[in-house]
Amino acid sequence: MSENTTYREAVKRAIHKAMKEDERVFLMGEDVGRYGGSYAVSMGFLEEFGSERIIDTPLCESGFTGAGIGAAVNGMRPIVEIMTINFSFLALDQIINSASKLLYMSGGQFNVPIVIRMATGGGNQLGAQHSHSLEGWYAHVPGLKVLTPATVQDAYDMVGLALDHPDPILIFENSNLYNTKGELDTNATPLPIGKAKIHREGKDLTLLTYGVNLLKALKAHERLAKEGIDVEVIDLRSLRPLDDEAIMASVKKTHRVMIVDEGWKSGSISAEIMARINEQAFYELDAPMVRVCSAEVPFPYAEHLERAAMPQVDEIVAMAHKVMEES
Amino acid sequence: MKLDSALAKKFYHQMLLIRRFEEKCIEAYSSQKICGFLHLYIGEEAVGVGVLSALSNEDAVVATYREHGQALVKGISAKSVMAELYGKSEGCSRGRGGSMHLYSADKRFYGGNAIVGGGLPFAIGLALADKMIKRNRVTVCIFGDGAVAEGEFHESLNLAALWKLPVLFVCENNLYGMGTALKYAESETNISKKAAAYKISSRQLDGMDVIAVAQAAQEAIKSIKERNGPQFLEALTYRFRAHSMFDAELYRDKSEVEEWKKKDPLITFKNRLKEMDLYSSIPIEEIEREVAKTIEDAVAFAEKGTLEPIEDLEKFVYSVEAT
Repeated sequence: MSENTTYREAVKRAIHKAMKEDERVFLMGEDVGRYGGSYAVSMGFLEEFGSERIIDTPLCESGFTGAGIGAAVNGMRPIVEIMTINFSFLALDQIINSASKLLYMSGGQFNVPIVIRMATGGGNQLGAQHSHSLEGWYAHVPGLKVLTPATVQDAYDMVGLALDHPDPILIFENSNLYNTKGELDTNATPLPIGKAKIHREGKDLTLLTYGVNLLKALKAHERLAKEGIDVEVIDLRSLRPLDDEAIMASVKKTHRVMIVDEGWKSGSISAEIMARINEQAFYELDAPMVRVCSAEVPFPYAEHLERAAMPQVDEIVAMAHKVMEES
Repeated sequence: MKLDSALAKKFYHQMLLIRRFEEKCIEAYSSQKICGFLHLYIGEEAVGVGVLSALSNEDAVVATYREHGQALVKGISAKSVMAELYGKSEGCSRGRGGSMHLYSADKRFYGGNAIVGGGLPFAIGLALADKMIKRNRVTVCIFGDGAVAEGEFHESLNLAALWKLPVLFVCENNLYGMGTALKYAESETNISKKAAAYKISSRQLDGMDVIAVAQAAQEAIKSIKERNGPQFLEALTYRFRAHSMFDAELYRDKSEVEEWKKKDPLITFKNRLKEMDLYSSIPIEEIEREVAKTIEDAVAFAEKGTLEPIEDLEKFVYSVEAT
């Protein structure tokens, strides 16, 4: 049975359920306890589960992320919350040099069942150091899996999927999604890690996106439908692994591709997707692939500048017309 | 700690094994059987042997890229370490790790971390899990003086003390972070004082004297197992060889190296045994023969080892059940 709830509530319920069902699960990070989580995801958890399982850490991203990795290797199932992706750069050594490589370096002896969650994305006038959307960076790294829940259902399902997984998983929660509402069925069978989801079927153009930009893509879909363009909207859900099969199947159907990504273009996940389509489905294309990404600037503070720096519905619609005009 | 002839024999055997094993590594490196970086522990053997003598099998070790010695003492066989250095399937990391990444789940040896300071947060996590699961075991975290300048050192000491974790920090202070002397890297060169600033019980000791190290480690481990939180040992020691295999050693005087060689842990130990009237009870030549045989067997094992098939290149990027 499904109900209408928020993305924040979905994440919260998923963690709550895991904490109840598995005593190995614990939550660790900055302000997850007494403060209730910087995005209020763990509000009330400290009172319910106690300070041994809801651990407020000092400000030491590398230290507590590494501690999570060690605890994961030694029998626990930690959920490490990094306040925002911007702070995760301070933990890159542990995420890249330790979590992603340990299984391989040890010849298969030490897997790292850690879940690292963090908020991501811009659009709130938080300036250049609090608005990154660099999920694609992490997708570069073998050994990691990168999930980007865009819907309330995925916000719930992906926590459970990640905790059941033997290897390190990063979950990127776009901060603009926490207050969004949607249907949640806690009894539904989750769509597995690595599977993309078609949100709107269409025959004219494949629009590939993930995270908060799914919402913009769906708005663009509505407008374009009225303007006679039938867009297939696909939520990638996972940036590593990418669902090549779903992507190529859609390309073979529509023969035109647009990617919408809040990351920058240079060396990005959008570039990677284009390269894969080029490798696997080049002759299916009727027009050059296009993408709507963030401007190559540090995110500015002023509202009009920040708006101009990020993908917007108008730009997606205009780009769709452009790609359809190519013969 | 009571040093009887059995324990004395064990210490001598382990230190000699490390020394001769690494001397063999130098030969194998010259003939390109071993490649990549090779950081030798020669001169520092007393630290690894002394500290690890205080551990039980269920205690864990997190080490650095200069970890052959500790791996051997923790119980990874000379055969599987040598096979790893040769890049063979039979190596303790199946040829995927190499000299800087030796591992054994059975022996609770967690590497082999080649990022200076990177092992400390990880060790905190091992100890955190033990504390949460209420297992009374210790994680020994070994690092060099170079790591002390890293943020991860300070983050980890703070967390260990704050959460009263069962960690024994062991700083192998060999006076140089690669080619930079400690005095050019630290405003306070007494490293044990930094630990004390985090309210961790700490002491500085002679890292060339295996008996002193073993004694201190035993006391530290006892305190940790009584659930008093972390302990910190700063062992003053010296690396006799280059940082890795090739190093012009422009950063230190030959005379300084020669001075330290007078304190060679094997010589120091023999002198201590003589003082204690135990020297005659150590069968020096027999141990030398045993060690030679172990190394001969290890080399033969590595030589005969097989190569991982290229088809398995991507194996272990993810867990088998997840791929």
